[in-house]
Amino acid sequence: MSGTLAVPVTEADHAKGSADAAVTLVEYGDYQCPFCGMAYPIVQDILARSGAKLRFVFRNFPLSQAHPYASMAAQVAEGAGTLGRFWEMHDWLYQHQDAWTESGAEGIADGVRAVGLDPARMEQALEDTHIAERVRHDFMGGVRSGVNGTPSFYLNGQLYAGGFDTLGQAVAKLVAQAP
Amino acid sequence: MAILSPGTVAPAFTLHSTPDQSLSLSDFRGRNVILAFYPADWSPVCGDQLALYNELLPEFSRLDAQLLGISVDGPWSHAALSSDRHYHFPLLSDFEPKGEVARAYGAYHATEGVAERALFVIDGQGVIRWSHLSPMGVNPGADGILKALDDIHAVAGQELP
Repeated sequence: MSGTLAVPVTEADHAKGSADAAVTLVEYGDYQCPFCGMAYPIVQDILARSGAKLRFVFRNFPLSQAHPYASMAAQVAEGAGTLGRFWEMHDWLYQHQDAWTESGAEGIADGVRAVGLDPARMEQALEDTHIAERVRHDFMGGVRSGVNGTPSFYLNGQLYAGGFDTLGQAVAKLVAQAP
Repeated sequence: MAILSPGTVAPAFTLHSTPDQSLSLSDFRGRNVILAFYPADWSPVCGDQLALYNELLPEFSRLDAQLLGISVDGPWSHAALSSDRHYHFPLLSDFEPKGEVARAYGAYHATEGVAERALFVIDGQGVIRWSHLSPMGVNPGADGILKALDDIHAVAGQELP
C-alpha cells in the first residue's frame, strides 16, 4: 500500500547497469510465476532499448506455497550468484520456465548444467544458509514495500501500478527525461 | 457504511472454520488477530492476497498474530479452496445469517452481497488497532498489517524473537 521501496538498492543487489544510471527498475519476481515468465521478455526488451541510463535489479519474491519449486529456483539462482553466474541462471530459469516447472528439481538441475555450473560446487554453494536468508530478506523487504503479488516493479523507488505491458512506456518516459 | 475504526472494540463472532468446527474471536484473546475480509473464494485477486498472507504465516506468528480469512462463502467452498491452495490458516464462513459479521465490522457490500476487501488488526484485549478498506479489485498487500503489528509491540514495549 505504501508503494515505496522500503529497502534501498545497494551493491549487494543483483543489478544490470551502472549504479549511476538515472533510472532504476527493481523487479520482485518468482521464477515459477507464469506472469513473471511473461514479463521476462518485456524486461529484456526494456533493457535493450534503454541503454546506459537504466539499471535493472532483480529481487526474489517466491510464493512457495503457490509454486512448489519457486524457493528452490530462487536459491539456485542465488547459489549461481555466489559462483558469479547469477544472471546466466536467472535468464535460463525464465527462458525455460515451462520445462522445469513440469519436471521440478530435475529440470532445475538440467539448468545448472546448461549454464555450465559444476553440480558439485553448486550443491556446496546451496548448503550455505546465507542463501535461504538472502531469499527471505528479499521477500520481507518486498512485503514491507507493499509488494502484493508477482511480478511487482518499482521505478526509481515507486511501485509501478500499471500492468507490465505498459512498463516499457513508463521506463522510456523516465529515460527520455533523464539528463 | 464505513468500516470500524481503530479504538473500537472488535465485535464478537463465532463462525464455522470447517464444516464441523467453529472458531470464536474470543478464542484468540491475549494474542493479536488479523481479520481479512475478502469478497469471494476462487476469485483471482483474493487468491493472490491470501497466497501472500499464507507465505507470511511465520512472520505473523513471530509478531504473535493469528490470521483469519473471512468471506460469505460456505465451509465446503472454503475447505476446497484451502486444500487447493495449501492455505495453513482458518477461513471463516460468514454464511448464515449471510454477511452478519461483515456488517458488524462495516465491511459488507450489500448490492454485491459479499464482504468488502477489508483488513482489521485486533490486539490481545480485543480492540481494533488498525483497519483498512481496499477497493474490491485491489490487493492491499501486507505492509499495513505488519506496520500495525509492529506498532502494537512498540507501544507494549515487548521484545520480539
